[in-house]
Amino acid sequence: MNFALTDLLPVLPEIFVLLMLCVILILDLFLADDLRFISYGLTLLTLAGAAAITASTFSIMPVLAFSNMFVDDTLSDVLKLMLYGVVGTVLIYSRAYIQSRGLYRGEFFVLVLFAMLGMMVMISGSHFLTLYLGLELLSLSLYALVALQRDSKVATEAAMKYFVLGALASGMLLYGMSMIYGATGSLEVAKVAATLPNLNHLNTVLVFGLVFVIAGLAFKLGVVPFHMWLPDVYQGAPTAVTLFIGSAPKIAAFAFVMRLLIDGLGGLVADWQPMLALMALLSMAIGNITAIAQTNIKRMLAYSTISHMGFLLLGFLAGSENGYSSAMFYVVVYVLMSLAGFGMILLLSRAGFEADQLEDFKGLNRRSPWYAFLMLLVMVSMAGIPPTVGFYAKLSVLQAALQAGYLWLVVAAVLLSVIGAFYYLRIVKLMYFDEPTDTAPIQVHADMSVLISANGLAILALGILPQPLMALCANTIKNML
Amino acid sequence: MLLGMPLLSLVIWMPIFFGVAVLVTGDRNAFAARWLALIGATLSFAVTIPLYTQFDLASAGMQFVELAPWIETFKINYHLGVDGISVLFILLTSFTTVLAVIAGWKVIEKNVAQYMAAFLIMSGLMIGVFAALDAILFYVFWEAMLIPMFIVIGVWGGARRVYASIKFFLYTLLGSLLMLVAFIYLYLKSGSFEILQFHQLPLSLKEQVLIFLAFFTAFAVKVPMWPVHTWLPDAHVEAPTGGSVVLAAIMLKLGAYGFLRFSLPITPDGSHALTGFMITLSLIAVVYIGLVALVQTDMKKLIAYSSISHMGFVTLGFFIFSALGMEGALVQMISHGFISGAMFLCVGVMYDRVHSRNIADYGGVANKMPMFAAFFVLFAMANSGLPATSGFVGEFMVIMGAIKVNFWYAFLAASTLIFGAAYTLWMVKRVVFGAVGNDHVAHMQDISAREFLVLALLAVVVLAMGIYPKPFTEVMHASVNNLLAHVSVSKCGADCAW
Repeated sequence: MNFALTDLLPVLPEIFVLLMLCVILILDLFLADDLRFISYGLTLLTLAGAAAITASTFSIMPVLAFSNMFVDDTLSDVLKLMLYGVVGTVLIYSRAYIQSRGLYRGEFFVLVLFAMLGMMVMISGSHFLTLYLGLELLSLSLYALVALQRDSKVATEAAMKYFVLGALASGMLLYGMSMIYGATGSLEVAKVAATLPNLNHLNTVLVFGLVFVIAGLAFKLGVVPFHMWLPDVYQGAPTAVTLFIGSAPKIAAFAFVMRLLIDGLGGLVADWQPMLALMALLSMAIGNITAIAQTNIKRMLAYSTISHMGFLLLGFLAGSENGYSSAMFYVVVYVLMSLAGFGMILLLSRAGFEADQLEDFKGLNRRSPWYAFLMLLVMVSMAGIPPTVGFYAKLSVLQAALQAGYLWLVVAAVLLSVIGAFYYLRIVKLMYFDEPTDTAPIQVHADMSVLISANGLAILALGILPQPLMALCANTIKNML
Repeated sequence: MLLGMPLLSLVIWMPIFFGVAVLVTGDRNAFAARWLALIGATLSFAVTIPLYTQFDLASAGMQFVELAPWIETFKINYHLGVDGISVLFILLTSFTTVLAVIAGWKVIEKNVAQYMAAFLIMSGLMIGVFAALDAILFYVFWEAMLIPMFIVIGVWGGARRVYASIKFFLYTLLGSLLMLVAFIYLYLKSGSFEILQFHQLPLSLKEQVLIFLAFFTAFAVKVPMWPVHTWLPDAHVEAPTGGSVVLAAIMLKLGAYGFLRFSLPITPDGSHALTGFMITLSLIAVVYIGLVALVQTDMKKLIAYSSISHMGFVTLGFFIFSALGMEGALVQMISHGFISGAMFLCVGVMYDRVHSRNIADYGGVANKMPMFAAFFVLFAMANSGLPATSGFVGEFMVIMGAIKVNFWYAFLAASTLIFGAAYTLWMVKRVVFGAVGNDHVAHMQDISAREFLVLALLAVVVLAMGIYPKPFTEVMHASVNNLLAHVSVSKCGADCAW
């Protein structure tokens, strides 16, 4: 492996994040508790700096580095820029929450940045091992984040479950990759793709490997039947961490699927398409139906995530440019909704009160019409009802799947989304139709208030004018393929 | 153009703009919210009038057209336009909104601004449904209006409001999503979401029947047709008066309008193939639901069933494929908008005083409220199809159209003149006439000037339309004939085998 200095340019954002992360790690040791805001500020600055670097090295043409292990293309730049924004939003939403729970410490910021670094590597990996490395960095940081609240039993349990199942899934993924290596003789995404047409597609080793890779991916996305960890982790983790797990990693997971499955194993589309179709159907069914029975809103949103990931698969399984850009649009929209949804739980919580029960949303319209309205937008958007952007997300994946000829799946998807609408409406019902049980005034920092309002309004604004975001996704995918 | 904005856009966005403005005034200042809402609703009605006065009667095409690209990725356009079929409903919508605002003037004390805003926003969205010429634009308006209605029923409704509101929402959503799948299918075939292009798209008979059924789930739920009507009595009974008025006067018409704009022209062969099915369902609605209405003890429920029965007439008129039947159905839709709105307002007037919807809790209201009784009897007569009221015109035209197709259709449909009269007048007899029933009735005050204004406006329209319906029918002639000509041409070409 030859090293060239030019290899460093595409990796500059990652290097910068890593450097800053070390600075924060060391600096934080010397900070008194009341100066912790310096670590917080530095973390946000890191994001801004990384964004500036990524934007200034924005590349239309893909640039490969480190012997084709790493790629810097439009997809990676666009997704990384989104990632910084999402992580920044997570930090701002979380501040009050982690302050009141003793989590406002250097570890939190460092782990979040490590996780983000892992995601950046996932987004830019063009080699199975790089992708795996990024995934593991992300996963290990997340396990630690979930367990960060040491004295919480549920959090520890969730972390343990997450770790054990996550390790299993990583093992499966790695095993599948080794099979593919055996069949194709390479781990480089481009080379694997180039070798595939020469192979008999009924090649047992290859398809066997594919199944394991898909199982690993399905675990990370949280689609049925590899979804078991998700509700427990979402519910058990501190809400700030749930917000993080529920948002940013979905962007990375999208990129991961694009690199591995579409770029690398796109030649096997006929093999993975039915698998994805089945997983999509099961996810939408089990996610939506089980969510109805939940009383904890974090758990309910976890099941809702499962069903959303099922919808996301509809875009992937179309196996067309149209389908991938729909999937990208879906992911971005989902992250936006997820941020606002978990953000509202954080907003209603305070010291000693988690606001994670459905009941806690009762009568919100009486307590604060504005926040009730924002939550209404989030719920309506998650249910896929216009004029919110969630509708267009569903519309685009549905048309992609229908174009691929999956009429039965599309019909099943819309019928299941009616079931989904029920539990989203229940939140609206609690907020608007019921009297409040919790009458404490809602205290929100100005930064969070402004940001969550912008977040909620973005859901509406993008619902009225979705074209810019759709065009961005379409162009990004077009550039990549 | 008016106020620098294209007319249809203005008509759609003005009430929504005022709705948002009312929301911003907040619930603390109920006085300002009420007046702002009234001004908004009245102005919004005023700007719809040029749609009628400037309407070109000779043209069957779309008028006041606006076209701008909206979502280029899927070739979705912001495409608006009205023809003779839709224009009257836009006027009906904005007129009804004014009534709904006045009807909620005093009664609504909780969250006044949110209530008024919901109606204004809903008005804009419903007008959007009638004016949209792009399927996705149509769908956006169609679905978006569910949210304010859901909240109106759920927040200001009666005892079982939660059940009714969720049932209303899910029922409608289920139907609409299948319609969305049909839209996507048509988009993939035609390359755009333009409704007028869908009209020209050749489709095999099999495709047409499936698409027809997808549309059917959406529109039949909304109309509502038997047997998917069960959400309506619940929603009507639990909704506040204004909500019931808007539901009955406009939302039900949206479903029927959908048949004319989508089902018939997009799938003409499918429509012909399923005519028997549609006529059967319509006649069941007319006869069976009419009998169901007869045994109701709750006034609102009775009117709700009467609405379903009357809407059966509308779908019957569409599917006999004659100009007389179709125009009759359209007249019936508009007339029913006024009459059912008036009936619900009348019940609302009594409910505000006695807080009961049960027929048994009344009796001899005429003794205490003579002026109100006069209105109530007039609207009841109109509801049962008395000549010289608007209720007669539509029913008569549909029966005339039906008798040319099949005597028994007309015979069964005409039975409504008996059943309708029976359930409506029997209710009126028990509520209005006789000796004063109880203490509550004895303390009833006759209608206030505000209530008088609302009912008088409606009475004038109902009578005018019954005596001289030409201003209403002449608008729709060209478009109806054009639609019938279009529907009579087969679209399936070589694939007409099932």
